[in-house]
Amino acid sequence: MADQTIVCRCEDVTREDILAAINAGCRTLDEIKRVTRAGMGPCQGRTCRNLIAQELAKIYGISVEDVLMPTFRAPVEPVKVGVLAQAYQEEEGENK
Amino acid sequence: MKDIEVLIIGGGPAGLCAASAAASMGAKVLICERNQDLGGQLMIQTGKFFGNKHAGMRGFQIGAELLQEIAAYPQIEVWTGATVLGIYEDGVVTCLYQGEHQKIKPAKIIIATGASENFLSFPGNDLPGVYAAGAAETLVHAGVKPAERVLMVGAGNIGLTVSYQLKQSGVDVAAVIEVMPQIGGYLVHASKLQRCGIPIKTSMTIAEAYGNGKVEGAKIVKLDENRQVIPGSEEDIVCDAICLSVGLSPLAELCWLAGCKMACIRELGGCVPLVDQTMETTVSGVYAAGDVSGLEEATTAMLEGRLAGISAAAALGYKVDQAAEMQEACRRELKTLRSGPMSEKIRHGLEKMAAKRGAVVC
Repeated sequence: MADQTIVCRCEDVTREDILAAINAGCRTLDEIKRVTRAGMGPCQGRTCRNLIAQELAKIYGISVEDVLMPTFRAPVEPVKVGVLAQAYQEEEGENK
Repeated sequence: MKDIEVLIIGGGPAGLCAASAAASMGAKVLICERNQDLGGQLMIQTGKFFGNKHAGMRGFQIGAELLQEIAAYPQIEVWTGATVLGIYEDGVVTCLYQGEHQKIKPAKIIIATGASENFLSFPGNDLPGVYAAGAAETLVHAGVKPAERVLMVGAGNIGLTVSYQLKQSGVDVAAVIEVMPQIGGYLVHASKLQRCGIPIKTSMTIAEAYGNGKVEGAKIVKLDENRQVIPGSEEDIVCDAICLSVGLSPLAELCWLAGCKMACIRELGGCVPLVDQTMETTVSGVYAAGDVSGLEEATTAMLEGRLAGISAAAALGYKVDQAAEMQEACRRELKTLRSGPMSEKIRHGLEKMAAKRGAVVC
């Protein structure tokens, strides 16, 4: 849609969705993530994190440098569950 | 579990220089590179470098030289197509390699993951035909003409040099627009575009992209000194692609996972690990070099990588007597490269980092 402004490409979250979440009281990237799923897709927020931080900074009148970053967790890229399961099974075998 | 002395995450300019420096001192090195090829963005850069010993060489030629250096060291192992997934409290690094979940136990880690391109929010930004400039550059390198006529958003060095590469590849560049009142990149790059008749419009931004199912054009607008849109300034640009070169952000997730103390420093491009003058982060044995520790250029990334490689190898006990002098030589060269007026931003960023770290940074 040409009239949409996409902020999170992975989860199809628009700028309007982000502003609505902020209006509803979200103050951090983590809160916006939990409400809208922005940042929870395959790229793990690499595209949208800065854009959302800029919106938060603008609305709350703070520097982008002072926007609280979300918590980063492994794996930093998507991994098939089968790959992890195989590694787990092999490790179990080694320990027996 | 694979044991290794120095694990280098990222095989771009910083990672490769870190690898050859550590190996030259005697350390056993493993490079994990996410892509199928080493060399990072250097391999697709056709512009000539200036600065230090690589002055006059083209990016891909410098890359080829680095690859030769790496190949000369039998103690450097290279995993390509290897994505590092996590760094854990016990020092174990996990990596997806050849379809398997691998565990690595390195004595030292050098994080040289580089940066990713920023995105911009404007209506129509999800239309097919909206590219990151680096993506367009990658397509050109692969022999694919990405579009017939592009609008380049951003007149930093990437925007300018990619515009020139596109022009050389037979793509018409409608205009380069820049939100700031002045061109951000080197004037030598800007001049080349202007000699081709490509207009560079400053204090302008993209208001929207339009098109039916794909980019067919863009509306651009003029900004006043407070970055507010000047009414009636709208211009229509007919194009089938829009390239965004609106800055980069350090790819620092692994630094967060390693527990490094981080700081968001605007002049360095975003959240970066606080490093000291050996490129060591606040986590002992974990180093960071290149764009991940502050956005700069390939020339400085290579020197930072070298410095990190020397530091990691010396910390393992290799050539300890010569290390201090070698480190100092890297720092001197970095200082020279950062002495010009174009480096004012990075100098300011590094000062901020030093204040936050409470120690001298290089």
